[in-house]
Amino acid sequence: MKLTFPHLGNAYIAVKALLDELGVDYIIPPFNNKKALEIGIKNSPEFACLPLKINIGNIIQAYREGADTVLITGGCGPCRFGYYCEMEREILQDAGYDIGFITIDAPRGISLKEYFSQLLKITNGINIYKIAKAVKNTTEIAILVDQLEKLTFKMRSIEACRGDTDSVYRDFQQEIRLINGAQSIKKYISQTSQKLTNIRCNTGIKPLKVGIVGEIYTTIDSYTSFNLDARLGNMGVEVDRSVTVSNWVVEHMLKKVFHLPRDLKYAEAAKPYLGAMIGGHAQETIGNSIMYSQKGYDGIVQIYPLTCMPEIVAQSILPAVENDYGIPVLTLIIDEMTGEAGYLTRLEAFVDLLNKRREMAASDR
Amino acid sequence: MPAKVGIPRSLSYYQLFPLWKTFFEEMGAELVVSGPTTKKILDDGVKCCVDEACLPVKLFHGHVADIKDRVDYLFIPRLTSISKGEYICPKFGGLPDMVRTSLHGLPEIISTEINLRKNKRNSLKAAMEIGHYFTDKDSQIKSAYKKAVGCYNLVKDNFEKGYIPDFIRPGKTAETKSLEKDRNLNIALVGHTYNIYDSFVNMNIWRKLENKNANIITIEMVDEKAINRNARQLPKKIFWNYGRKAVGSAMHLLNEKNLDGVIYVMSFGCGIDSFVCDLVERRIRRTTDLPFIVITLDEHSGEAGLDTRLEAFIDMVRWRCTDKK
Repeated sequence: MKLTFPHLGNAYIAVKALLDELGVDYIIPPFNNKKALEIGIKNSPEFACLPLKINIGNIIQAYREGADTVLITGGCGPCRFGYYCEMEREILQDAGYDIGFITIDAPRGISLKEYFSQLLKITNGINIYKIAKAVKNTTEIAILVDQLEKLTFKMRSIEACRGDTDSVYRDFQQEIRLINGAQSIKKYISQTSQKLTNIRCNTGIKPLKVGIVGEIYTTIDSYTSFNLDARLGNMGVEVDRSVTVSNWVVEHMLKKVFHLPRDLKYAEAAKPYLGAMIGGHAQETIGNSIMYSQKGYDGIVQIYPLTCMPEIVAQSILPAVENDYGIPVLTLIIDEMTGEAGYLTRLEAFVDLLNKRREMAASDR
Repeated sequence: MPAKVGIPRSLSYYQLFPLWKTFFEEMGAELVVSGPTTKKILDDGVKCCVDEACLPVKLFHGHVADIKDRVDYLFIPRLTSISKGEYICPKFGGLPDMVRTSLHGLPEIISTEINLRKNKRNSLKAAMEIGHYFTDKDSQIKSAYKKAVGCYNLVKDNFEKGYIPDFIRPGKTAETKSLEKDRNLNIALVGHTYNIYDSFVNMNIWRKLENKNANIITIEMVDEKAINRNARQLPKKIFWNYGRKAVGSAMHLLNEKNLDGVIYVMSFGCGIDSFVCDLVERRIRRTTDLPFIVITLDEHSGEAGLDTRLEAFIDMVRWRCTDKK
């Protein structure tokens, strides 16, 4: 059995660590690319959201390299993502690809024991203790990778020589694919973060701060977001995003499995505007936008794939947040037709606007 | 003077109106339902709603605008779930919040959450909360609730037998429907109720098909037990109420010998339809050679284009029928 899994930003590093620890053979699909998107568009329903199309492209590209089984997470709605596993199975079956599926679903109506026995299916009978250890390591790596990413957000906005951070980070993404085992991965991450902190910085500047909110795939995945965080960073903006892979693993998977109380600060903040969980990350989008503005951020960028249901609700509510908190919001909607130039123009204009607002606020004082 | 409660003739209206009507009338409230969809209602909705929303949600905003100045309360419940283990659509869950931020000068909104996903008893809880807007007598609310549920179930059962209820019956359509042997064409019209029964949105698709002597079967006319039996065959439970019904009824109708074609009506950008339509289409293509067509609706849909496609589709279905004989 040769496993593969669709991309979600940097999640491949954590998944790789998990599969290394479990001793499973796997293939990481080529990084998201134009070809993958084209394959996906050809095979997927026209109105499906962009992540599904790219997922299909990932899986088919990995299949061509020899993968025979897909590892994917499930869900129970109402967001479409919960039904991705089934749609992908159907699409690949009808397109004539002989490929199996293993779905890790949040346990519903089954005990923890059964839940782990699902995991055992892929591990050729390794004991539960070893699996627990692998899960722990994976979670730690997911957190470390997200911290590393956060560091790049900070360094990019203050680096003395444009491109230093990008070049360190690009090397990291290439190299990490070749490093095996959780311990070595952790070590390489800490080396990289050392390299990042050593980058020469401008001192005394106060960069603009922008919070990125929206649907998880497009916020996290640099290919679909046209490198949103690096682009803003290279315009001298420090970005942040609360929705991360590790956050999703900890809050949505582990805490649900072990019935632990979840961190719901965002839901509390969103309550006056959106009173209930409606699926996807709509409540996070509203709640985090409010929390960013309370922390003194200069602007918010919302990004989501065309036809994403929860984010449409969030988008229609964001003008109220914009008004009440006096923080500008830019909404970017991505699909396979999005042109990079138009996208960049809007981003540049937004940053100009934020700069101007800051200048005006300073002269008012 | 009784309180006036406004109900937009949109979205959940097409499914749950008998329930709301009986309940509010029992509570002594006066019901104000917005008029049938018109160009003005559509334009009003498009103007105030975000561009990315689907046509039905934009229409909902238009219907709210139509009645908001004539009522004391607007009834826009937060419909998270109306059946165990299933959702409706994220936009239904966020509807009161969307309306609140997109429209101004609104009366008080009754936005009680109705969530039966974990527990069916939550519906009584929601009814109590809504009822307390009108009375303090719990017993009165309870009896109104019982009566409303009874009325709703009756309408639903009759619908499954083929009796189309008055509140949504399109135009001159006959009161009863069923898979008929003597009619020459039996066409399944699959789609969300608010697209299938709103004659403005679907550009009179009922009249158009019936003028061509076609007999229409919809999801609501399929026995729910048969729907569930078929839906259970899927490897993973569909977690949308509509999705289960659409796929289940399509699978059921495919096994009926008298079916001649399937028309799937979806709104542009509908997240659920994008998956459900694909699932239905795959099942039709895999097991049968039935003609299948997807009609996508949005605020730019042109009637001439629909006419041409429907005519071509019906012609094709008819040729197949004569060839078979």
